[in-house]
Amino acid sequence: MKKWWSRLSAFIEKRIAEPLGKYLYKLTHNRVFDVKSNRLVLFNKFNIPMTNRRRESLIGMGFIFIWIVGYLIFTLYPVFYSLYLSFFKVTLDGASLELIFEGINNYRASFLSDPYFVEILIEYVLETLINVPVAIVFALVIAILINQNIKGKGVWRTIFFLPVIITSGPVIQELVNQGATTLPSIADYTFIEMILDNISNLLANPLQALFDQILLVLWFAGIQILILLAGLQKIDRSIYEASMIDGAGPWTSFWKITLPSIMPLISISIIYTVVSMSVFNTNRVIIYIRDIMLAPPTPALTTGYGYTATLAWIYFVVMSLIIIFFIALINIRKGFRS
Amino acid sequence: MRKLVRKPYVFIKDIIELIKKKEYAQLKVRVKRAFIGMQFTDGLLYKLLVYTLLVSLAYIYLYPVLYMVTNSFMTMSDIINVAVRWIPSSLNWENYRLVWTGINYPRALLDALILAVVPAFSATVSSAIIGYGFARYRMPFKRLLMVLMIMSFIIPPQITMLPTFRMYANYDLLGSLRAFVYPAILGQGLNGAIYILVFYSFFKMIPKSLEESAQLDGAGPITVFTKIALPLAVPAIIIVFLFSFVWYYNETYLAGLFLRGSEMTTLPLRIEQYISNFTSIYPEGSPARELFQAVRLAGYILALLPLLIIYFFTQKYFVESIDRTGITGE
Repeated sequence: MKKWWSRLSAFIEKRIAEPLGKYLYKLTHNRVFDVKSNRLVLFNKFNIPMTNRRRESLIGMGFIFIWIVGYLIFTLYPVFYSLYLSFFKVTLDGASLELIFEGINNYRASFLSDPYFVEILIEYVLETLINVPVAIVFALVIAILINQNIKGKGVWRTIFFLPVIITSGPVIQELVNQGATTLPSIADYTFIEMILDNISNLLANPLQALFDQILLVLWFAGIQILILLAGLQKIDRSIYEASMIDGAGPWTSFWKITLPSIMPLISISIIYTVVSMSVFNTNRVIIYIRDIMLAPPTPALTTGYGYTATLAWIYFVVMSLIIIFFIALINIRKGFRS
Repeated sequence: MRKLVRKPYVFIKDIIELIKKKEYAQLKVRVKRAFIGMQFTDGLLYKLLVYTLLVSLAYIYLYPVLYMVTNSFMTMSDIINVAVRWIPSSLNWENYRLVWTGINYPRALLDALILAVVPAFSATVSSAIIGYGFARYRMPFKRLLMVLMIMSFIIPPQITMLPTFRMYANYDLLGSLRAFVYPAILGQGLNGAIYILVFYSFFKMIPKSLEESAQLDGAGPITVFTKIALPLAVPAIIIVFLFSFVWYYNETYLAGLFLRGSEMTTLPLRIEQYISNFTSIYPEGSPARELFQAVRLAGYILALLPLLIIYFFTQKYFVESIDRTGITGE
């Protein structure tokens, strides 16, 4: 075994490392690009002294180089290309795309002549505005509960981290279809019905949806529990003790110590919640966008790639607005103070 | 309070004694102490509140799982029978057998595992390198680059989906594993920004002096990274791998798009396909269709089973991810 190992290493050294080293040496010591002990020579002319700072940033660039390449190929290019496409009427001509400039017609069509999109979008906005705070509050409550001095911590954690595992689209969809996401008893409460009867329809529908899928909303709280728990565990115990000596009860210390110190984490989990709810497979807008892409074009609506890109962009803007709204809401107090 | 929980009988004995002696003032204090405590948080009432909340919230999370498990065992008569709601009349493995043979479970599972492990592994490797670069080296525009990275997390896949789809079609990547591996290698996989942030905050926590001493001994940046930083980052590596594995395994939206019509699919997708094939055989309203609720649930349990097993064994790391790595991405 040892013999094999030494043979292998000798082979690697002689046959791979040495030639590679020579090749690399040539790569860094040539006419165009030459590295002398502490300076960089380009084209035998430009003499750049290698300061420590420059060296550091060059090495750092070497580490993140793959990310920059990937970002250009898989994120930046598709984003701008789809923005470009959203101004065109795109028809598939064999393998190539045929583009006809439409200006903002696609955007106009999505708001004016699309029979479903606006309706679905408004529903999505209202539902998100209601569901996100619910999910965050529950995540916070669960994180605080697990952080208490309780018996069987491991068991509770196992149960509450289950959503991290079971986030599969079809499974959740199936549970929704089977009615497993509605608490069987919640529908029986008459006071909920009373509340729903007494408010306007615009608000009642999302609320109804919230009660119908309260379990689903809670299932979106998986990672957020992890995030908030991490924040709670980082709070120094001695702060609580000091405040206790000064006469603060648990109620006061929650509002004055716990909440302010995990505020940044709450904004992170809000972003996470909005994003994960918005891109989840059961989201109706997402399903609609995919259907539009695959559906044959109708005379009333020029579907296809261009229009799909338009819808996706509108959706993205709406989503960002929701995130900004929540972050602003959280930071509103900070603004008053300063 | 401590007395009450650890030795309830001592507490009760004390109380009875106090009643016998008719020292009601002291009795009142004792009882109040027990229920409310010095502060509210160390009393019995508070404990009661905490556990009630815990149990009811746990019920919410366990309810769908229990529902799936019990219903997957039901026979046709059980489903139709209104009296049978929770406990099936017999342990009926028939549903599982149907799915198992229907999709050739071992083979499908192998496919799904490959489809999850390879991209997850590539994502872990690349994000470790990238996270290290961001955490350790000063460079111009670093802040801008990191903002761009976080932006890439917020951008919904619907925006990039179209051009990416075209691009993959052009380079003949559709329907193959490479469609998932290439972005992952370049740090753009599913939720790639999160992994990079995890590594970023983890490498930030490692003291720099460790690496500086290695540099004094003549180690170059790559040696420092592989010999010093990586071995210290094992918890972060495990966590990132686990999370990306779970996310890739559960991924259906992109998989449904990129792997459409190919042999290779994720397990949830394959089960969905099998079910829809099967239901199309039977007409609407026939009793066999009713049975399908149960078969479908059995299928999804089979799909989730590997994850649950992995979760059972690696649970520690999920929990540790809170304490040891900044999954929070601060």
